[in-house]
Amino acid sequence: MLQSGAETHRVEDTMQRMAGSFGIDTSQSYVTPTGIIFSIDGTEPTNFLRISERSTDLHKVAVVNNISRKISSGVLSITEAEEKLQQVEGNSPTYSLFFQAVAAALVSGCFAIMFKGSWPDFVPAMAAGAAGFIAMVRFHEWVEIRFFAEFLASLIIGLVSILFIQVGIGAEMDKIIIGAVMPLVPGLLITNAVRDLMAGHLVAGLSKGAEALLTAFAIGAGIAAGISFL
Amino acid sequence: MGEQLITSFIAAAGFGVLFNAPRNSLVQCGLVGMLGWVLYFGLAAEGTDTVPATLAGAFLVGGLSQVCAKYYKTPVIIFNVSGIIPLVPGGLAYDAMRNFVENDYNLAVQLAVKAALISGAIAIGLVFSEVINQIIRKAGRTRAIK
Repeated sequence: MLQSGAETHRVEDTMQRMAGSFGIDTSQSYVTPTGIIFSIDGTEPTNFLRISERSTDLHKVAVVNNISRKISSGVLSITEAEEKLQQVEGNSPTYSLFFQAVAAALVSGCFAIMFKGSWPDFVPAMAAGAAGFIAMVRFHEWVEIRFFAEFLASLIIGLVSILFIQVGIGAEMDKIIIGAVMPLVPGLLITNAVRDLMAGHLVAGLSKGAEALLTAFAIGAGIAAGISFL
Repeated sequence: MGEQLITSFIAAAGFGVLFNAPRNSLVQCGLVGMLGWVLYFGLAAEGTDTVPATLAGAFLVGGLSQVCAKYYKTPVIIFNVSGIIPLVPGGLAYDAMRNFVENDYNLAVQLAVKAALISGAIAIGLVFSEVINQIIRKAGRTRAIK
C-alpha cells in the first residue's frame, strides 16, 4: 500500500484499524516512506518491512482502503481479508502502458494549451510528452536509479521539442516543453509530503519532500541539458 | 475560456490514468481539476496576483476532494492529486531553469522564488481545506453527542 503512494498516516491508521477489529487494541505501528514497523504488543515479536520501491497506484490504495473498511465493520473474516489482499498484491496495473502513454500525450497537449500556448503546439507537445513518458518507464526498467531515468526522459523531451521546432512544426518551443514535462512532475509526492507534515509525520513528510525536490531537479537538469544543445 | 475548460478537464482526468486511479473516479478527478483551474484562471485573468489565485484554486480543489472522498468513500488523495496538478507552476520552474542555463541568474532566481511561493500557496490551500474539513467534522460530532 505504501509502495503505491498512500500517505503514511493512512497506512498507520489502516493497520491499527485492521488489528483493532480482530481484537488487538494495543497494536503500534510506525511508518516511514522506506519502512514499516508493526508490533502487536510491547513484548511480542515485531514485524519489520523494508520498502525499497516506491511508485504510484491509487487504484490499489482505494481497494485496500475498501477492504479495511469492510474488516472494521465486521463483514470480512481474517482469512477472507488475507485472500483479498493477496489478490490486490498480484493485480497488474489498471491501465496498459499504451493507454497510459496516450493519457500522457493528451495531458501534455492540454497543458501546452492551458499555459497559453497556441493550437499548433498541441500535436508536438503530445508527441514529446508520450515519448518522454515511455522513455521514463523503459529507462526505469534498465536503471534502478529513478532520478537518472527522469533525467534521461526530460532530456529526450527537450531534444524532441527542439527537433519539432527545427522541422517547422509548432510555434513556441517553451510551451511544448512545459506541456510535455508535466506528466513527469512529482505532484503526488508534493501533496503527500504536505499532508504528512501536517499530520505530524515529520520524518515521512521531509523525506517525501526531498524525493520530490530531487525529482524536480532531475527534470530541470534534463531539460537544461537538452536546451544547451540549441 | 471554453478551450481552457475542456483542456483542463482532459488533463486532470489524464493524470488520473497516469496515477492508476480507479476507473470510476476518473470523471470526478477531471471535474475537480477543471473547477480548480477555472477558478485560478479566472482570478488571474481578473488581475489577481498568481499566488493568491493559486491559493484559491488549491483551496477549492481540496474542498471538492473532501466532498468527493466522503461521497464516494474513496481516499482523498485520488481526487486531490489530479486536481492539484494543473496548478503546479511547471511553466515558471521551466523558465527559471532555462534562465539558469543561459547564465541570467538574476531573472532565474526571481522566477525560482516565485515558483516556490506558488508551491507554498498550493500547500497552504490544501491545508486550509483540510483544517476546515476537520472543524466541520468535529462540529458534527459534538452536535451528535448533545
